[in-house]
Amino acid sequence: MDEIPILELRGVDKTFALNGARIDALRGATLAVRKGEFVCLIGASGCGKSTLLRIVAGFEQPSAGEALMWSKPISGPAPDRGMVFQDYGLFPWLTVRQNIAFGPSSRGVQRDRIAATVDRFVEMVGLARFADAHPHQLSGGMKQRVAIARVLANDADVVLMDEPFGALDAMTRERLQDDLLAIWRSTGLTVIFVTHSIEEAILLADRVVVMEPGPGRIASEHAIALPRPRDVASPEFNAVRRELGALLHSHHARKAS
Amino acid sequence: MARESTTGPAAARLRGVLSGWRALVVPALLVLAWHAAISAGMSRLIPSPAEVARYMVDFAVGGIWDDAFSATLHVHLLASMGRVYGGFALAALAAVPLGLLIGRNDAVRALLDPFLQMMRPIPVTAWLPLSMILFGLGPRSAFFLVFLGAFYPILLNTVFGVRSVDRRLFEAASMLGCTGSAQFFRVVLPAALPSIFTGLRLGLGLAWFVIVVGEMTGVPQGLGAVIMDGRTLSRTELVICGMIVIGIAGYLSDRCVVAAMNRLLRWSPSHIA
Repeated sequence: MDEIPILELRGVDKTFALNGARIDALRGATLAVRKGEFVCLIGASGCGKSTLLRIVAGFEQPSAGEALMWSKPISGPAPDRGMVFQDYGLFPWLTVRQNIAFGPSSRGVQRDRIAATVDRFVEMVGLARFADAHPHQLSGGMKQRVAIARVLANDADVVLMDEPFGALDAMTRERLQDDLLAIWRSTGLTVIFVTHSIEEAILLADRVVVMEPGPGRIASEHAIALPRPRDVASPEFNAVRRELGALLHSHHARKAS
Repeated sequence: MARESTTGPAAARLRGVLSGWRALVVPALLVLAWHAAISAGMSRLIPSPAEVARYMVDFAVGGIWDDAFSATLHVHLLASMGRVYGGFALAALAAVPLGLLIGRNDAVRALLDPFLQMMRPIPVTAWLPLSMILFGLGPRSAFFLVFLGAFYPILLNTVFGVRSVDRRLFEAASMLGCTGSAQFFRVVLPAALPSIFTGLRLGLGLAWFVIVVGEMTGVPQGLGAVIMDGRTLSRTELVICGMIVIGIAGYLSDRCVVAAMNRLLRWSPSHIA
Protein backbone atom coordinates (compact mmCIF):
# COMPACT_ATOMS: atom_id res chain seq x y z
CA MET A 1 0.00 0.00 0.00
CA ASP A 2 1.93 3.02 -1.24
CA GLU A 3 -0.92 5.53 -1.40
CA ILE A 4 -0.76 8.51 0.96
CA PRO A 5 -3.00 8.00 3.99
CA ILE A 6 -5.66 10.69 4.56
CA LEU A 7 -4.89 10.60 8.27
CA GLU A 8 -1.75 9.57 10.03
CA LEU A 9 -0.59 9.50 13.65
CA ARG A 10 3.12 9.02 14.28
CA GLY A 11 4.18 8.17 17.83
CA VAL A 12 1.55 10.41 19.41
CA ASP A 13 1.74 10.89 23.20
CA LYS A 14 -0.80 12.84 25.20
CA THR A 15 -0.31 13.63 28.87
CA PHE A 16 -2.68 15.61 31.08
CA ALA A 17 -2.02 17.13 34.47
CA LEU A 18 -4.78 16.20 36.90
CA ASN A 19 -4.53 17.57 40.45
CA GLY A 20 -0.77 17.70 40.11
CA ALA A 21 -0.53 14.10 38.90
CA ARG A 22 0.55 13.28 35.34
CA ILE A 23 -1.91 11.16 33.41
CA ASP A 24 -0.70 9.28 30.33
CA ALA A 25 -3.85 9.40 28.24
CA LEU A 26 -2.11 8.14 25.12
CA ARG A 27 1.37 6.78 24.51
CA GLY A 28 3.09 6.07 21.20
CA ALA A 29 -0.05 5.92 19.09
CA THR A 30 0.77 5.19 15.44
CA LEU A 31 -2.04 4.76 12.94
CA ALA A 32 -2.66 5.36 9.26
CA VAL A 33 -6.15 5.65 7.77
CA ARG A 34 -6.83 5.34 4.04
CA LYS A 35 -9.31 7.57 2.26
CA GLY A 36 -12.75 6.00 2.32
CA GLU A 37 -11.88 3.59 5.12
CA PHE A 38 -14.21 2.89 8.05
CA VAL A 39 -12.09 2.43 11.18
CA CYS A 40 -13.49 1.56 14.62
CA LEU A 41 -11.55 2.28 17.81
CA ILE A 42 -12.50 -0.02 20.63
CA GLY A 43 -11.30 -0.52 24.18
CA ALA A 44 -12.15 -0.15 27.86
CA SER A 45 -12.63 3.31 29.34
CA GLY A 46 -9.33 5.09 29.89
CA CYS A 47 -7.68 3.46 26.88
CA GLY A 48 -7.32 6.84 25.15
CA LYS A 49 -9.74 6.21 22.27
CA SER A 50 -11.60 9.48 22.80
CA THR A 51 -8.30 11.33 23.28
CA LEU A 52 -7.04 9.95 19.98
CA LEU A 53 -10.22 11.12 18.27
CA ARG A 54 -9.98 14.57 19.83
CA ILE A 55 -6.39 14.91 18.63
CA VAL A 56 -7.45 14.06 15.09
CA ALA A 57 -10.32 16.57 15.43
CA GLY A 58 -7.78 19.20 16.51
CA PHE A 59 -9.41 19.84 19.91
CA GLU A 60 -6.23 18.58 21.63
CA GLN A 61 -2.61 18.92 20.59
CA PRO A 62 -0.26 15.93 20.91
CA SER A 63 2.29 16.23 23.76
CA ALA A 64 4.74 14.43 21.47
CA GLY A 65 4.63 12.92 18.00
CA GLU A 66 2.70 14.08 14.96
CA ALA A 67 -0.93 14.07 13.82
CA LEU A 68 -1.20 14.61 10.05
CA MET A 69 -3.97 15.04 7.52
CA TRP A 70 -2.83 14.58 3.91
CA SER A 71 0.73 14.72 5.35
CA LYS A 72 0.17 18.19 6.84
CA PRO A 73 0.17 18.72 10.63
CA ILE A 74 -3.27 19.12 12.20
CA SER A 75 -3.22 22.49 13.94
CA GLY A 76 -6.81 22.81 15.11
CA PRO A 77 -10.42 21.97 14.37
CA ALA A 78 -11.49 22.50 10.75
CA PRO A 79 -14.47 21.65 8.52
CA ASP A 80 -12.59 18.86 6.70
CA ARG A 81 -12.80 16.82 9.91
CA GLY A 82 -16.37 16.80 11.23
CA MET A 83 -17.13 15.51 14.70
CA VAL A 84 -20.26 13.74 15.90
CA PHE A 85 -20.45 13.87 19.69
CA GLN A 86 -22.19 11.37 21.93
CA ASP A 87 -24.13 14.25 23.52
CA TYR A 88 -25.01 15.69 20.07
CA GLY A 89 -23.65 19.21 20.58
CA LEU A 90 -26.51 20.73 18.57
CA PHE A 91 -27.27 24.43 18.87
CA PRO A 92 -30.55 24.43 20.82
CA TRP A 93 -31.67 27.83 19.53
CA LEU A 94 -31.47 26.73 15.88
CA THR A 95 -33.95 24.55 14.01
CA VAL A 96 -32.88 21.29 12.37
CA ARG A 97 -32.47 23.16 9.08
CA GLN A 98 -30.47 25.98 10.69
CA ASN A 99 -28.24 23.53 12.57
CA ILE A 100 -27.40 21.79 9.30
CA ALA A 101 -26.80 25.16 7.60
CA PHE A 102 -24.49 26.36 10.40
CA GLY A 103 -21.25 25.12 8.81
CA PRO A 104 -21.86 26.32 5.23
CA SER A 105 -23.10 29.72 6.40
CA SER A 106 -20.06 30.12 8.69
CA ARG A 107 -17.88 29.59 5.65
CA GLY A 108 -19.78 32.18 3.63
CA VAL A 109 -21.41 29.80 1.15
CA GLN A 110 -24.12 31.48 -0.97
CA ARG A 111 -27.64 31.37 0.45
CA ASP A 112 -29.31 29.46 -2.38
CA ARG A 113 -26.55 26.89 -2.42
CA ILE A 114 -26.90 26.44 1.34
CA ALA A 115 -30.64 25.90 0.97
CA ALA A 116 -30.11 23.23 -1.69
CA THR A 117 -27.42 21.48 0.39
CA VAL A 118 -29.53 21.54 3.52
CA ASP A 119 -32.55 20.12 1.68
CA ARG A 120 -30.42 17.29 0.33
CA PHE A 121 -29.04 16.27 3.73
CA VAL A 122 -32.31 16.75 5.63
CA GLU A 123 -33.72 14.27 3.12
CA MET A 124 -30.70 11.93 3.36
CA VAL A 125 -31.03 11.51 7.13
CA GLY A 126 -34.83 11.24 6.89
CA LEU A 127 -35.79 14.38 8.82
CA ALA A 128 -37.77 16.27 6.15
CA ARG A 129 -40.87 16.33 8.39
CA PHE A 130 -38.88 17.81 11.29
CA ALA A 131 -36.83 20.36 9.34
CA ASP A 132 -38.26 23.29 11.29
CA ALA A 133 -38.29 21.65 14.73
CA HIS A 134 -35.90 22.67 17.49
CA PRO A 135 -33.56 20.09 19.07
CA HIS A 136 -35.57 19.87 22.30
CA GLN A 137 -38.50 18.54 20.28
CA LEU A 138 -36.47 15.64 18.84
CA SER A 139 -35.67 12.17 20.14
CA GLY A 140 -32.04 11.17 20.77
CA GLY A 141 -31.85 9.25 17.51
CA MET A 142 -33.20 12.20 15.54
CA LYS A 143 -30.74 14.58 17.22
CA GLN A 144 -27.87 12.31 16.20
CA ARG A 145 -29.17 12.29 12.62
CA VAL A 146 -29.03 16.10 12.65
CA ALA A 147 -25.47 15.96 14.01
CA ILE A 148 -24.45 13.62 11.18
CA ALA A 149 -26.22 15.71 8.52
CA ARG A 150 -24.60 18.88 9.84
CA VAL A 151 -21.13 17.39 9.34
CA LEU A 152 -21.97 15.98 5.88
CA ALA A 153 -23.50 19.28 4.73
CA ASN A 154 -20.22 20.97 5.59
CA ASP A 155 -18.27 18.85 3.05
CA ALA A 156 -16.28 16.97 5.69
CA ASP A 157 -13.85 14.42 4.25
CA VAL A 158 -13.43 12.66 7.56
CA VAL A 159 -16.22 12.04 10.05
CA LEU A 160 -15.09 11.47 13.63
CA MET A 161 -17.71 9.77 15.77
CA ASP A 162 -17.29 9.55 19.54
CA GLU A 163 -19.62 6.78 20.76
CA PRO A 164 -22.39 8.44 18.75
CA PHE A 165 -25.01 5.76 19.36
CA GLY A 166 -24.01 4.99 22.96
CA ALA A 167 -26.97 6.82 24.50
CA LEU A 168 -29.61 5.36 22.16
CA ASP A 169 -31.92 2.39 22.62
CA ALA A 170 -31.10 -0.83 20.74
CA MET A 171 -33.72 -0.43 17.97
CA THR A 172 -32.77 3.16 17.20
CA ARG A 173 -29.10 2.22 17.28
CA GLU A 174 -29.58 -0.55 14.70
CA ARG A 175 -31.45 1.75 12.32
CA LEU A 176 -28.80 4.46 12.66
CA GLN A 177 -26.01 1.93 12.08
CA ASP A 178 -27.70 0.80 8.85
CA ASP A 179 -28.29 4.37 7.72
CA LEU A 180 -24.73 5.37 8.54
CA LEU A 181 -23.38 2.48 6.45
CA ALA A 182 -25.63 3.45 3.55
CA ILE A 183 -24.45 7.07 3.73
CA TRP A 184 -20.82 5.98 4.02
CA ARG A 185 -21.14 3.75 0.94
CA SER A 186 -22.84 6.43 -1.13
CA THR A 187 -20.50 9.28 -0.19
CA GLY A 188 -17.05 7.70 0.05
CA LEU A 189 -16.42 9.30 3.43
CA THR A 190 -13.62 8.31 5.75
CA VAL A 191 -14.99 7.41 9.18
CA ILE A 192 -13.26 6.98 12.53
CA PHE A 193 -15.78 5.60 14.95
CA VAL A 194 -15.18 5.15 18.68
CA THR A 195 -17.28 2.55 20.44
CA HIS A 196 -17.13 0.21 23.39
CA SER A 197 -19.36 -2.36 21.70
CA ILE A 198 -17.46 -5.20 20.00
CA GLU A 199 -20.53 -6.06 17.94
CA GLU A 200 -20.94 -2.50 16.69
CA ALA A 201 -17.26 -2.35 15.72
CA ILE A 202 -17.42 -5.60 13.73
CA LEU A 203 -20.71 -4.64 12.09
CA LEU A 204 -19.40 -1.30 10.84
CA ALA A 205 -15.65 -1.37 10.37
CA ASP A 206 -13.21 -2.24 7.61
CA ARG A 207 -10.64 -2.32 10.36
CA VAL A 208 -10.95 -2.53 14.14
CA VAL A 209 -8.23 -0.91 16.25
CA VAL A 210 -8.08 -2.39 19.74
CA MET A 211 -6.79 -0.07 22.44
CA GLU A 212 -5.89 -0.75 26.04
CA PRO A 213 -5.56 1.43 29.13
CA GLY A 214 -2.81 2.31 31.60
CA PRO A 215 -1.23 4.10 29.69
CA GLY A 216 -3.68 4.39 26.79
CA ARG A 217 -2.22 2.82 23.65
CA ILE A 218 -3.01 0.92 20.48
CA ALA A 219 -2.75 -2.80 21.21
CA SER A 220 -3.62 -4.41 17.89
CA GLU A 221 -5.39 -3.92 14.56
CA HIS A 222 -7.78 -6.30 12.86
CA ALA A 223 -9.03 -6.10 9.28
CA ILE A 224 -12.65 -7.27 9.13
CA ALA A 225 -12.99 -9.24 5.91
CA LEU A 226 -16.66 -10.20 6.33
CA PRO A 227 -18.76 -9.34 3.27
CA ARG A 228 -21.38 -6.58 3.61
CA PRO A 229 -24.19 -6.41 4.53
CA ARG A 230 -23.04 -8.23 7.64
CA ASP A 231 -25.26 -10.59 9.53
CA VAL A 232 -24.68 -10.34 13.28
CA ALA A 233 -26.19 -13.82 13.74
CA SER A 234 -23.88 -15.61 11.30
CA PRO A 235 -21.21 -18.06 12.54
CA GLU A 236 -18.47 -16.04 10.80
CA PHE A 237 -19.53 -12.88 12.60
CA ASN A 238 -19.56 -14.74 15.91
CA ALA A 239 -16.10 -16.14 15.31
CA VAL A 240 -14.70 -12.62 14.89
CA ARG A 241 -16.65 -11.44 17.91
CA ARG A 242 -15.21 -14.26 20.06
CA GLU A 243 -11.69 -13.54 18.87
CA LEU A 244 -11.87 -9.81 19.61
CA GLY A 245 -13.73 -10.43 22.86
CA ALA A 246 -11.01 -12.75 24.10
CA LEU A 247 -8.40 -10.16 23.17
CA LEU A 248 -10.14 -7.36 25.06
CA HIS A 249 -10.64 -9.55 28.11
CA SER A 250 -7.00 -10.62 28.16
CA HIS A 251 -6.00 -6.93 28.14
CA HIS A 252 -8.30 -6.42 31.07
CA ALA A 253 -6.91 -9.42 32.93
CA ARG A 254 -3.34 -8.25 32.36
CA LYS A 255 -4.17 -4.82 33.66
CA ALA A 256 -5.87 -6.22 36.76
CA SER A 257 -2.97 -8.54 37.63
CA MET B 1 -49.28 19.02 19.04
CA ALA B 2 -51.90 16.47 18.05
CA ARG B 3 -54.09 17.45 20.98
CA GLU B 4 -54.07 21.11 20.03
CA SER B 5 -55.10 20.40 16.47
CA THR B 6 -58.17 18.48 17.67
CA THR B 7 -59.41 21.17 20.07
CA GLY B 8 -58.30 24.30 18.20
CA PRO B 9 -56.83 27.60 19.38
CA ALA B 10 -60.21 29.05 20.40
CA ALA B 11 -60.79 26.22 22.85
CA ALA B 12 -57.26 26.64 24.15
CA ARG B 13 -57.87 30.34 24.77
CA LEU B 14 -61.14 29.57 26.58
CA ARG B 15 -59.33 27.08 28.78
CA GLY B 16 -56.70 29.77 29.48
CA VAL B 17 -59.36 32.25 30.62
CA LEU B 18 -61.11 29.65 32.75
CA SER B 19 -57.92 28.63 34.49
CA GLY B 20 -56.99 32.32 34.90
CA TRP B 21 -59.63 32.79 37.64
CA ARG B 22 -57.37 30.94 40.06
CA ALA B 23 -54.95 33.88 39.98
CA LEU B 24 -57.69 36.02 41.57
CA VAL B 25 -58.44 33.74 44.53
CA VAL B 26 -55.73 34.99 46.86
CA PRO B 27 -56.23 38.73 46.17
CA ALA B 28 -60.01 38.30 46.65
CA LEU B 29 -59.52 36.50 49.98
CA LEU B 30 -57.10 39.21 51.09
CA VAL B 31 -59.60 41.97 50.27
CA LEU B 32 -62.32 40.06 52.15
CA ALA B 33 -60.08 39.67 55.20
CA TRP B 34 -59.15 43.34 55.00
CA HIS B 35 -62.83 44.33 54.80
CA ALA B 36 -63.74 42.06 57.72
CA ALA B 37 -60.91 43.42 59.87
CA ILE B 38 -61.92 47.06 59.27
CA SER B 39 -65.62 46.28 59.84
CA ALA B 40 -64.68 44.68 63.16
CA GLY B 41 -63.02 47.95 64.12
CA MET B 42 -59.50 46.61 64.32
CA SER B 43 -57.94 49.85 63.03
CA ARG B 44 -59.14 53.41 62.59
CA LEU B 45 -56.06 54.43 60.63
CA ILE B 46 -56.54 52.08 57.69
CA PRO B 47 -59.43 52.77 55.29
CA SER B 48 -61.75 49.98 54.14
CA PRO B 49 -61.42 48.41 50.68
CA ALA B 50 -64.56 50.24 49.54
CA GLU B 51 -63.10 53.61 50.58
CA VAL B 52 -59.85 52.84 48.76
CA ALA B 53 -61.80 51.79 45.67
CA ARG B 54 -63.78 55.04 45.73
CA TYR B 55 -60.58 56.96 46.14
CA MET B 56 -58.92 55.05 43.34
CA VAL B 57 -61.74 56.09 40.98
CA ASP B 58 -61.29 59.71 42.05
CA PHE B 59 -57.51 59.39 41.69
CA ALA B 60 -57.96 58.04 38.18
CA VAL B 61 -60.83 60.10 36.72
CA GLY B 62 -61.85 62.59 39.43
CA GLY B 63 -65.41 63.77 40.16
CA ILE B 64 -65.69 62.50 43.78
CA TRP B 65 -63.43 64.56 46.03
CA ASP B 66 -61.95 66.99 43.55
CA ASP B 67 -58.82 67.68 45.56
CA ALA B 68 -55.20 68.14 44.51
CA PHE B 69 -54.87 64.43 43.62
CA SER B 70 -58.11 63.93 41.71
CA ALA B 71 -57.69 62.71 38.16
CA THR B 72 -53.90 62.88 38.42
CA LEU B 73 -53.15 59.14 38.25
CA HIS B 74 -51.97 59.29 34.64
CA VAL B 75 -49.60 62.19 35.40
CA HIS B 76 -47.92 60.32 38.24
CA LEU B 77 -47.95 56.99 36.43
CA LEU B 78 -46.37 58.47 33.31
CA ALA B 79 -43.74 60.29 35.36
CA SER B 80 -42.80 57.07 37.17
CA MET B 81 -42.90 54.99 33.98
CA GLY B 82 -40.55 57.44 32.31
CA ARG B 83 -38.04 57.04 35.12
CA VAL B 84 -38.49 53.28 35.45
CA TYR B 85 -38.14 52.53 31.75
CA GLY B 86 -35.51 55.20 31.19
CA GLY B 87 -33.36 54.00 34.08
CA PHE B 88 -33.96 50.38 33.15
CA ALA B 89 -33.10 50.95 29.47
CA LEU B 90 -29.92 52.77 30.41
CA ALA B 91 -29.01 49.97 32.85
CA ALA B 92 -29.63 47.32 30.17
CA LEU B 93 -27.63 49.31 27.62
CA ALA B 94 -24.69 49.49 30.01
CA ALA B 95 -24.94 46.14 31.79
CA VAL B 96 -25.48 43.75 28.84
CA PRO B 97 -22.38 44.78 26.82
CA LEU B 98 -20.30 45.06 29.98
CA GLY B 99 -21.49 41.63 31.13
CA LEU B 100 -20.67 40.10 27.75
CA LEU B 101 -17.21 41.63 27.96
CA ILE B 102 -16.57 40.50 31.54
CA GLY B 103 -17.82 37.02 30.74
CA ARG B 104 -15.68 36.66 27.63
CA ASN B 105 -12.47 38.48 28.51
CA ASP B 106 -10.29 37.34 31.43
CA ALA B 107 -8.38 40.62 31.65
CA VAL B 108 -11.55 42.69 31.89
CA ARG B 109 -12.94 40.26 34.45
CA ALA B 110 -9.81 40.52 36.61
CA LEU B 111 -10.02 44.30 36.38
CA LEU B 112 -13.73 44.83 37.07
CA ASP B 113 -15.23 41.81 38.78
CA PRO B 114 -13.86 42.34 42.32
CA PHE B 115 -14.83 46.01 42.21
CA LEU B 116 -18.36 45.30 41.01
CA GLN B 117 -18.81 42.52 43.56
CA MET B 118 -17.85 45.01 46.26
CA MET B 119 -20.26 47.68 45.01
CA ARG B 120 -23.14 45.26 44.60
CA PRO B 121 -24.10 44.69 48.27
CA ILE B 122 -24.49 48.44 48.87
CA PRO B 123 -28.26 48.98 48.94
CA VAL B 124 -29.79 51.59 46.67
CA THR B 125 -31.18 53.42 49.73
CA ALA B 126 -27.62 53.96 50.95
CA TRP B 127 -26.90 55.80 47.70
CA LEU B 128 -29.77 58.24 48.30
CA PRO B 129 -27.81 61.01 50.09
CA LEU B 130 -24.89 60.86 47.67
CA SER B 131 -27.25 60.76 44.72
CA MET B 132 -28.97 63.92 45.97
CA ILE B 133 -25.61 65.68 46.22
CA LEU B 134 -24.44 64.45 42.82
CA PHE B 135 -27.65 64.85 40.86
CA GLY B 136 -29.61 67.32 42.96
CA LEU B 137 -33.15 67.10 44.27
CA GLY B 138 -35.37 65.93 41.48
CA PRO B 139 -35.95 63.49 38.68
CA ARG B 140 -32.28 63.00 37.78
CA SER B 141 -31.63 61.49 41.18
CA ALA B 142 -34.59 59.13 40.82
CA PHE B 143 -33.37 58.16 37.38
CA PHE B 144 -29.89 57.39 38.74
CA LEU B 145 -31.22 55.24 41.59
CA VAL B 146 -33.43 53.22 39.25
CA PHE B 147 -30.45 52.73 36.97
CA LEU B 148 -28.38 51.50 39.90
CA GLY B 149 -31.08 49.12 41.09
CA ALA B 150 -31.56 47.52 37.68
CA PHE B 151 -27.86 47.45 36.74
CA TYR B 152 -26.49 44.63 38.91
CA PRO B 153 -29.03 41.88 38.25
CA ILE B 154 -28.70 42.45 34.49
CA LEU B 155 -24.90 42.53 34.68
CA LEU B 156 -24.50 39.46 36.89
CA ASN B 157 -26.94 37.33 34.92
CA THR B 158 -25.30 38.30 31.63
CA VAL B 159 -21.87 37.36 33.01
CA PHE B 160 -23.29 34.10 34.31
CA GLY B 161 -24.91 33.34 30.95
CA VAL B 162 -21.69 33.89 29.04
CA ARG B 163 -19.62 31.91 31.53
CA SER B 164 -21.93 28.91 31.50
CA VAL B 165 -22.10 28.32 27.74
CA ASP B 166 -21.57 24.59 27.20
CA ARG B 167 -17.96 24.00 26.05
CA ARG B 168 -19.27 21.43 23.61
CA LEU B 169 -20.98 24.19 21.60
CA PHE B 170 -17.65 25.96 21.06
CA GLU B 171 -16.13 22.67 19.88
CA ALA B 172 -19.09 22.07 17.56
CA ALA B 173 -18.84 25.59 16.14
CA SER B 174 -15.09 25.40 15.57
CA MET B 175 -15.18 22.03 13.83
CA LEU B 176 -17.88 23.47 11.55
CA GLY B 177 -15.59 26.37 10.63
CA CYS B 178 -16.89 29.07 12.98
CA THR B 179 -13.88 30.22 14.97
CA GLY B 180 -12.60 33.19 16.97
CA SER B 181 -14.71 36.32 17.14
CA ALA B 182 -17.38 34.87 14.83
CA GLN B 183 -18.33 32.58 17.73
CA PHE B 184 -19.39 35.62 19.72
CA PHE B 185 -22.50 36.31 17.65
CA ARG B 186 -23.22 32.77 16.52
CA VAL B 187 -22.68 30.93 19.83
CA VAL B 188 -22.10 33.11 22.89
CA LEU B 189 -24.91 35.62 22.39
CA PRO B 190 -27.72 33.16 21.61
CA ALA B 191 -26.55 30.73 24.28
CA ALA B 192 -26.45 33.48 26.91
CA LEU B 193 -29.84 34.92 25.91
CA PRO B 194 -31.89 32.98 28.49
CA SER B 195 -29.71 34.30 31.32
CA ILE B 196 -29.76 37.82 29.89
CA PHE B 197 -33.57 37.69 29.91
CA THR B 198 -33.60 36.47 33.50
CA GLY B 199 -31.44 39.49 34.33
CA LEU B 200 -33.74 41.87 32.44
CA ARG B 201 -36.79 40.52 34.26
CA LEU B 202 -35.12 40.90 37.65
CA GLY B 203 -33.79 44.32 36.68
CA LEU B 204 -37.17 45.65 35.58
CA GLY B 205 -38.76 44.31 38.76
CA LEU B 206 -36.12 46.07 40.83
CA ALA B 207 -36.61 49.28 38.86
CA TRP B 208 -40.25 49.40 40.00
CA PHE B 209 -39.08 48.44 43.47
CA VAL B 210 -36.62 51.30 43.64
CA ILE B 211 -38.87 53.98 42.12
CA VAL B 212 -40.45 54.84 45.50
CA VAL B 213 -37.04 55.43 47.04
CA GLY B 214 -35.96 57.33 43.96
CA GLU B 215 -38.96 59.61 44.16
CA MET B 216 -38.31 60.36 47.83
CA THR B 217 -35.75 62.84 46.57
CA GLY B 218 -38.35 65.57 46.30
CA VAL B 219 -39.84 65.18 42.86
CA PRO B 220 -43.31 66.74 42.47
CA GLN B 221 -44.76 63.92 40.36
CA GLY B 222 -44.56 60.16 40.37
CA LEU B 223 -46.14 57.28 42.24
CA GLY B 224 -43.36 57.35 44.83
CA ALA B 225 -44.03 61.05 45.36
CA VAL B 226 -47.74 60.32 45.80
CA ILE B 227 -46.95 57.73 48.46
CA MET B 228 -44.60 60.12 50.25
CA ASP B 229 -47.25 62.89 50.12
CA GLY B 230 -49.88 60.47 51.35
CA ARG B 231 -47.68 59.65 54.30
CA THR B 232 -46.99 63.26 55.28
CA LEU B 233 -50.67 64.17 54.88
CA SER B 234 -51.77 61.05 56.78
CA ARG B 235 -53.89 60.03 53.82
CA THR B 236 -53.47 56.30 53.98
CA GLU B 237 -55.95 55.66 51.14
CA LEU B 238 -53.63 57.62 48.87
CA VAL B 239 -50.68 55.49 49.98
CA ILE B 240 -52.60 52.29 49.28
CA CYS B 241 -53.72 53.54 45.85
CA GLY B 242 -50.08 54.27 44.97
CA MET B 243 -49.06 50.81 46.12
CA ILE B 244 -51.75 49.12 44.03
CA VAL B 245 -50.86 51.11 40.91
CA ILE B 246 -47.16 50.25 41.29
CA GLY B 247 -48.02 46.58 41.73
CA ILE B 248 -50.21 46.47 38.63
CA ALA B 249 -47.80 48.52 36.50
CA GLY B 250 -44.88 46.33 37.57
CA TYR B 251 -46.87 43.19 36.82
CA LEU B 252 -47.89 44.42 33.36
CA SER B 253 -44.36 45.42 32.39
CA ASP B 254 -43.11 42.02 33.54
CA ARG B 255 -45.71 40.38 31.28
CA CYS B 256 -44.30 42.39 28.36
CA VAL B 257 -40.79 41.08 29.05
CA VAL B 258 -42.17 37.56 29.42
CA ALA B 259 -44.01 37.86 26.10
CA ALA B 260 -40.80 38.94 24.37
CA MET B 261 -38.95 36.12 26.12
CA ASN B 262 -41.48 33.50 25.04
CA ARG B 263 -41.06 34.63 21.45
CA LEU B 264 -37.27 34.73 21.45
CA LEU B 265 -36.67 31.65 23.59
CA ARG B 266 -39.14 29.26 21.98
CA TRP B 267 -36.21 26.85 21.60
CA SER B 268 -35.69 26.59 25.36
CA PRO B 269 -38.68 24.84 26.97
CA SER B 270 -37.49 25.73 30.48
CA HIS B 271 -37.82 29.45 29.71
CA ILE B 272 -41.41 29.53 28.53
CA ALA B 273 -43.40 31.26 31.28
